[in-house]
Amino acid sequence: MKSEPDDRGMFGDFGGRFVPEMLIAALDELVERSARILADPAYRAELDGLLANYAGRPTPLTFAERSSERCGGARIYLKREDLAHTGAHKINNVLGQALLARYMGKKRIIAETGAGQHGVASATAAALLGLECEVYMGAEDMRRQALNVFRMELLGARCIAVESGSRTLKDAINEAMRDWVTNVETTYYCIGSVMGPHPYPTMVRDFQRVIGIEAREQILEVEGRLPDALVACVGGGSNAIGLFHPFIGDESVRLIGVEPGGEGIASGRHGATITTGVPGIFHGKRTLVLSDDDGQIFPAHSISAGLDYPGVGPEHAWLHEVGRAEYVVATDDEALEAFQLLSRSEGIIPALESAHAIAHALKIAPTMSRDAILLVNLSGRGDKDVDEVRKILASRRKEPS
Amino acid sequence: MARAEGRIAERFRMLGAKGEAALIPFLTAGDPDLDTTEALVLAMAGAGADLIELGIPFSDPTAEGPTIQRSSARALARGTHLRSILRLVERVRSRVEQPIILMGYANPVHAMGAEAFAKAAREVGVDGVIIPDLTPEDGAPYLDPCRARGIDPILLAAPTTPRERLEMLVRETRGFLYYVSLQGVTGARASVGRGIEERVRLAQSLGDVPVCVGFGVATPEHAREIGAYADGVVVGSAIVDTIESAMRDVSKDSSARARAVDEVGRFVEALKKPLRR
Repeated sequence: MKSEPDDRGMFGDFGGRFVPEMLIAALDELVERSARILADPAYRAELDGLLANYAGRPTPLTFAERSSERCGGARIYLKREDLAHTGAHKINNVLGQALLARYMGKKRIIAETGAGQHGVASATAAALLGLECEVYMGAEDMRRQALNVFRMELLGARCIAVESGSRTLKDAINEAMRDWVTNVETTYYCIGSVMGPHPYPTMVRDFQRVIGIEAREQILEVEGRLPDALVACVGGGSNAIGLFHPFIGDESVRLIGVEPGGEGIASGRHGATITTGVPGIFHGKRTLVLSDDDGQIFPAHSISAGLDYPGVGPEHAWLHEVGRAEYVVATDDEALEAFQLLSRSEGIIPALESAHAIAHALKIAPTMSRDAILLVNLSGRGDKDVDEVRKILASRRKEPS
Repeated sequence: MARAEGRIAERFRMLGAKGEAALIPFLTAGDPDLDTTEALVLAMAGAGADLIELGIPFSDPTAEGPTIQRSSARALARGTHLRSILRLVERVRSRVEQPIILMGYANPVHAMGAEAFAKAAREVGVDGVIIPDLTPEDGAPYLDPCRARGIDPILLAAPTTPRERLEMLVRETRGFLYYVSLQGVTGARASVGRGIEERVRLAQSLGDVPVCVGFGVATPEHAREIGAYADGVVVGSAIVDTIESAMRDVSKDSSARARAVDEVGRFVEALKKPLRR
């Protein structure tokens, strides 16, 4: 099978453009110009050069030997997006979009950020390409990710605190969209995930496909066959779709997205949009959302700021609907456990986001045969989370058990 | 093709005969509460409003500036929802002759169901809807059921809208075309966008639908300026600001509600004055 949108950006019933008229001309311009620029060999060569010589691609595929042995089942491989420049897969998309912005003649880029990874990546690309950069970040997230705020400032970007709503990623996106509406003629909105109005979900996916393209070649080289399953965390879903997409036609490969289960689905405090959500219209697209009966979006919750999003990329909603991909949850506690396990057994501190994927892989690996192959996207490194995890673990030790 | 004339078309025809531009005040339903909204609607109707635009609060209003964001949050904190707003329209419908327009984002309509919404809105006497995140293309599944029941889906045009698209919007809109005066979000501003007169005149020349201007319109002076060429003027944030500041001391001052209603009435009167012929 194939997974491509129609010319209105619809994946089945999901996607499209649900934005005010003020943005339509800009989106039309983006569709038209990006099609031409992205097909331009000069652009392609420049981007490939940046991915190789600046971002450090291809990223390795690491066999997680000790974890695999302990699970006593499937062989677990880690796609090491944590080793890409700035420490996460976000750079793949940002280099593509920032270079596109420059080809389009825009001097300023804006971005939203949750965990700060996309903000740091945007600030990085802007510094590299000589663009002005402003990043919207929920005030609550700025508190949780203070170090990334400072990183962005070091890189010459300005980080703008968003105090509205739940003061997290969704509100940062609202504010970035308001900025874009206002400054659309001079500004390029560099969206960080497979969300927003058409053409963003498809464009961001195409920039992230490099993950899956490399992983496919690498696993074929070391194992001589395709993996049995891919596992990736899903907030907006860009690292997952980037890994999944080149395998969609390989029907023997299970695609497993892991959503943030927060404090447990029953608690209501989670970000499991596909698992528990309903169809809705949010941030420029029709997709699955966390929404009440009156259509109000309610804030997601996750231990990881990067998964804290009450919507999901429309292509994931579609892959779920047609049954090509499966979506499961890992809770805060499971992610925290995986965060520590991977650190101790592999010497890799994963991002809390990626720890959700690890948690699920460690859960299913023992149920699989010893010659099965699990390929997990280690989408980012955990340095940014070390301080927050230290605080959580310290406070838990004080609590009576 | 001839259409049965709705309350909105009738109102513009009446104003057109006098050479008068419409005043369309906006406020968020449920801010500070639905009882006050009811009193505000009656006050605005009595003070010279020609059409009344009621906002449906939404958790993530991406086209709104800080004033309407805050107002939306206050209304939601009071538990306002689409169904209670429809009941409010039902209560005031027989007491105001002006057309009533609901303005709100797509998701609450989606959650209720496009058909169910159109049916309920028709029953209580809603005359038009403005759903800023629905364009004619992607919005058709939501807008068509309204149109089929005689509720006018009012479309927006923007300063960046190219001519060809403007022609389509003029053709597709019902009731009137809402021309956004500037590239940006809602909010009272010191002046309205430049170049808007030319754009409005172009839109008027492309069809026979009235063209109204909103976003940034804050003073009677702005209303006068825009009323000279446009068929109507939408004033939102400046009215919401008036309510917000009158309500500031509500905990200490039990007359705050009455004062808010009074001040909004006077403001609407002042806005309409330069438009009268």
